[in-house]
Amino acid sequence: MSIWDYANPKKFMDTTTPAIPWIFGGAALCLVLGLVWGFFLTPEADKFGSSVKIIYVHVPSAMMAINAWVMMLVTSLVWLIRRHHVSALAAKAAAPVGLTMTLIALWTGAVWGQPMWGTWWAWDPRLTSFLILGLFYLGYIALWEAIADPDQAADLTSVLCLVGSVFAILSRYAVNFWNQGLHQGATLSLDAEENISDVYWLPLLVCIVGFILLFLALVLMRTGTEIRVRRLRALERQAQRAVA
Amino acid sequence: MIPDLGRYATEVLSAYGVTVLLLAAVTGQSWRRYRRLKAQMDDAERSRRDG
Repeated sequence: MSIWDYANPKKFMDTTTPAIPWIFGGAALCLVLGLVWGFFLTPEADKFGSSVKIIYVHVPSAMMAINAWVMMLVTSLVWLIRRHHVSALAAKAAAPVGLTMTLIALWTGAVWGQPMWGTWWAWDPRLTSFLILGLFYLGYIALWEAIADPDQAADLTSVLCLVGSVFAILSRYAVNFWNQGLHQGATLSLDAEENISDVYWLPLLVCIVGFILLFLALVLMRTGTEIRVRRLRALERQAQRAVA
Repeated sequence: MIPDLGRYATEVLSAYGVTVLLLAAVTGQSWRRYRRLKAQMDDAERSRRDG
């Protein structure tokens, strides 16, 4: 068994369809647990007051906005190099979910920034690169819709994805590249000394797992839908040829 | 029931509200489209089998 077996649409559907309800269930469980834990059972922070509770929606959504683009980059590269249709369709399926995560991160960041920084928005390196990433999501979705030929659309959107990856990387590392701006550094780190206190970190971890599972379930479901759209078009063409 | 959020109540509640709304919207839209395409696909396969 190789990962490339899943490039076969039927194999992909047969494997993922039964798993989707379970992944949705896991996502719902983690999201409810993490958000209830974070919202109701964590204390106020000295510096942030009760606004610290925004962390449970802001950090996971921002992480997923960037990681969704990274996933799209990998699947786009697979399309460009190996021409597997399922990978191009998976990238297409992930874009609206990634855009949703970006909008959540921008909104929650703005409402958190207002009381902390005294402004809803600043042209800070991280915020600006994140906004540009959001615009790339919009452009990516629009490009798929604008081109009738699916293979040509997959080619051009893959190239756009490669270009947009610069801003996905900048969104993550802008704070390290430019030591300026309002946004703080990474909230979570593999170095335990840099992490926030366990009382906030544990529910945050549960929320992050919930966002990851929800993203996975949505992308698998949407990829299945895109495969069906392709199959339907093929059947329609077949029927038209039979009539002619 | 809702914890005392003090002067940040609007910010915290709007952050959670918008998050839940957007996640529900993308999930609902994905689910509706999935169901619709699955039904269309089943119909197409059936009529193809039946000739």
